[in-house]
Amino acid sequence: MKLVLKNGYVYDPANGVNGEKMDIFIENGKIVEEVSGAKEIDCSGMLVMPGGVEIHSHIAGGKVNTARLMRPEDHLRNVAPRTSVTRSVCGYSTPSTFLTGYAYSKMGYTTAFTAALPPLMARHTHEELHDIPMLDKGALTVMGNNWLIMHYLSEGRIEHACAYAAWLLRATKGYAIKAVNPGGSEAWGWGRDVRSLDDRVPHFDITPREIIRGLMEINERLSLPHSVHLHPNNLGRVGNFTTTLETLELTRDVKPSRERQVLQLTHAQFHSYGGDSWRNFSSEAESIAKAVNSSDRLVLDMGQVVFGDTTTMTADGPMEYYLSSLTGLKWANKDIELETAPGVTPFVYSEKSPVSGVQWAIGLELALLVESPEKVMLTTDHPNGAPFFTYPKIVAWLMSAKSREEVLERLHRAAQKNTVLGSIDREYGWSEICWVTRTAQARSLGLESKGHLGVGADADVAVYRIDPESTDPARDYEAVERAFSATALTVKGGEVVVRDGEVVKVVSGRTLYVDAGVGEELEREVLKDVDYYFKRFYTVNLANYPVQEVYLTSPEAVKVDSGVR
Amino acid sequence: MRVTHRDVVCSFCGTLCDDIEVDVEDGRIAEVRHACRIGTTKFLSASRHEHRLLKPMVRENGRLKEVSLEEAVERAAEILAGAQRPLLYGWSSTSCEAQSVGIELAEVLGGVIDNTSTVCHGPSTIAVHEAGFISCTLGEVKNRADLVIYWGANPMHAHPRHLSRYSIYPRGYFRERGHQDRTLVVVDVRRTDTARLAQKFVRVQPGRDYELISALRAVVNGRKLPMDEVAGVSREDIEELAEMMKSCSFGVLFFGMGLTQSPGRHRNIDNAICLVRDLNTYTKFVIMPMRGHYNVVGFSEVLSWQAGFPFAVDFSKGYAWYNPGETTANDVLQRGECDAMLVVASDPVSNFPKPSVENMLKMPIVAIDVHPTPTTMVADVVIPAAIAGIEVEGTAYRMDVVPLRLRKVVEPPEGVLSDVEVLQRILERVKEIKG
Ligand code: SF4
Ligand SMILES: [Zn+2]
Repeated sequence: MKLVLKNGYVYDPANGVNGEKMDIFIENGKIVEEVSGAKEIDCSGMLVMPGGVEIHSHIAGGKVNTARLMRPEDHLRNVAPRTSVTRSVCGYSTPSTFLTGYAYSKMGYTTAFTAALPPLMARHTHEELHDIPMLDKGALTVMGNNWLIMHYLSEGRIEHACAYAAWLLRATKGYAIKAVNPGGSEAWGWGRDVRSLDDRVPHFDITPREIIRGLMEINERLSLPHSVHLHPNNLGRVGNFTTTLETLELTRDVKPSRERQVLQLTHAQFHSYGGDSWRNFSSEAESIAKAVNSSDRLVLDMGQVVFGDTTTMTADGPMEYYLSSLTGLKWANKDIELETAPGVTPFVYSEKSPVSGVQWAIGLELALLVESPEKVMLTTDHPNGAPFFTYPKIVAWLMSAKSREEVLERLHRAAQKNTVLGSIDREYGWSEICWVTRTAQARSLGLESKGHLGVGADADVAVYRIDPESTDPARDYEAVERAFSATALTVKGGEVVVRDGEVVKVVSGRTLYVDAGVGEELEREVLKDVDYYFKRFYTVNLANYPVQEVYLTSPEAVKVDSGVR
Repeated sequence: MRVTHRDVVCSFCGTLCDDIEVDVEDGRIAEVRHACRIGTTKFLSASRHEHRLLKPMVRENGRLKEVSLEEAVERAAEILAGAQRPLLYGWSSTSCEAQSVGIELAEVLGGVIDNTSTVCHGPSTIAVHEAGFISCTLGEVKNRADLVIYWGANPMHAHPRHLSRYSIYPRGYFRERGHQDRTLVVVDVRRTDTARLAQKFVRVQPGRDYELISALRAVVNGRKLPMDEVAGVSREDIEELAEMMKSCSFGVLFFGMGLTQSPGRHRNIDNAICLVRDLNTYTKFVIMPMRGHYNVVGFSEVLSWQAGFPFAVDFSKGYAWYNPGETTANDVLQRGECDAMLVVASDPVSNFPKPSVENMLKMPIVAIDVHPTPTTMVADVVIPAAIAGIEVEGTAYRMDVVPLRLRKVVEPPEGVLSDVEVLQRILERVKEIKG
């Protein structure tokens, strides 16, 4: 398969290309120097970027499906029948797997990572990923409340912890280490939580501080492609920014094993709250951005809020309980033995609510106050802040102070009073948009062939029907939003899969997971402990736990030789 | 030669035990260890081919006649593709892979797809739409629970290894002494075998569970009951039970069809979920349905991620439409709307109410199953299938939604395919006919 995308304005900031008119050559699913005799598609007057990369979105697995099951009302808001190419679809904040693939692809995304994979449920996550078409996929394995990890760390057996984490990634076909409310979800097994980095986890001789530090050490000793991906303690709590800052401090004594951050602060918006009651709830985005600006070991994704009805879901059981007790709305909880505690509850972000208004502002403040776009990723923590198909709106807000002002004026006055958003006049350009929607994600994940259009990169390309030469995004933000909602072309693995906003070809992408090797002797020893845990505490046999490759579409193991012995 | 297969998953009930050992000798199952009596019977009966469906059959002049698989598939596809409103029913005793093909078939046909939830735990699901769901995996119960309540469920008969693997007898991380560290309570209309093991048995009057749950909620939330008894249970008993629930450190309420299929149905469950939610203000408490068929949960999961809804989905609009009471199998049948039926791994002729069965008998039926049943006997096309979990691999979800890979221990009878393959062939043919 050969293809030439001719004459588009190309944005590929990782390779120093910023709006040059040029051709993109594609052969056998890769970007190449030159091809001859290939089909040409005219992209003149259009914006060309690498395919979008989603780094944190709840698109597959147990709690996503629990949310679907709990919210039939959500599905009837958005339906479409089967076509000659696509399956029937439904869902708004909890879209079906098919819709998830189609909708991302229409926005020019070609890769997506699901945010939290609980190991015991890994097979379920992969079954759903299997049914998400159009995208290359991966999953982040949750380890922040894992009993064996906590035991090894509390006993100071770091090599054992490394070997176990490596085994767990392989067993779950996971891509990276995720931690969610470290220690808190275990405490939730008794209906409790931890509220500071130095609270002790009930019955485990360890604190959240020690877990977070330990996981970063594991990650760097294993030299994994991505850093630790952290949902810190106290998500959504008033005044939680102090916990967040203390957490970010922990990266100071961690040496990166690769050229990347050592910590991704995920859905940072939910962790940047000031004030001491909901009455004086305020933004601390400035403090968080300052910490990120002064460190080369940190990146963040926004966790932007967009107004409307959505569904919240996290592996932070106590948080979901707390939230549902504030709203009185229905609540699902699903503690998972020895591992984690996901929860789900619906939520409405209202323009009239002082809290929602401040939350909306914080996400944008973070993106605008962190100086380098290489450290920022556009997410809504789908669907926690909003469904992912609101991204084009967020792109427009980032590019236009005027569009932000228009919203700000409609909001409860707290959004102006308790944030600094109104005073920020920074506006993103196209290159910065490229960073925060694909390039920064690919860097953060260590995906060398994604997020850029250099020779050898995956032939994943998005072509948007907007002319960057003649468009002033600051004024024409509606045109920006429209263009980013539906591509003129999405090319996945060298094939045109979306044309003029319609899926024209369904493909199933690859599934990436990490296979980190450790010393054999060490691995044998750790497997003895694992075996003991399965015999005594799990309710499935060890042999039935690892996910078989049959569940993965085009599995691709990213091999790492860690040097851990 | 004897080969031992270990870590085999029992594909019989929702307990989905995965520690079974199966000895195979000369291609036949010779011995089964660790399974309960019903599980063992299922394994052993697989190798008794005289009890199996072995040849595809098509009804001709009133009688079922053996035909080739191609002919049977052709006839099945014609029946289904020619129907205005086909119903695709069953699905709870087969793999997720088969369910997945079934869902696409329903979509292509514009038919209705439903599973056995419709006659067992459908009400539990409807309650989840209203009240949410406060649950956990069974290992949480094993490791933490000090109070275990079975309400309207008799696992000693329906899920024989549930107590020994998960709830009462196992030693857990925080329950090192096993059953000595736990209290078992049973609420039921009669003293069942499970109730005989309980430290406390509460006999509720038939059909009055809702009232008892409401009374418990009132007491849990600090109110004094104005009457001496509710639903046949004395105030003292209710107060005692409420106190046990509030003061335990990890409580679990398992409920069965005694609660879902008695008057009140989904409102019983809704109320029970609310009770558990109330209890979470005081302590840790969870609730879980005792699902029967081994992969009834899998069907709801696959249908939810593919089509948004857990059962009873109508594709006649081209997309999924869900309205229990309208799109549920028995309602569609009893309104006389269906003109053909596909039944997979189920026997509605034996289990459905008479008005439904009467209508079933008026329409062509395609049945895919392992054993002959009253449904296969009245069907117009019968296609034998291999047994998932014994003769073919696949995926199933335990009652707590933990997914497991089913193993294959013996070859299927000669010429017998998995239902996944059979369904794929029908789907391909239907797509061709529909153009
Ligand atoms: S309890 Fe159920 S799953 Fe376990 S062996 Fe018996 S029938 Fe099989
Ligand atoms: Zn998240």
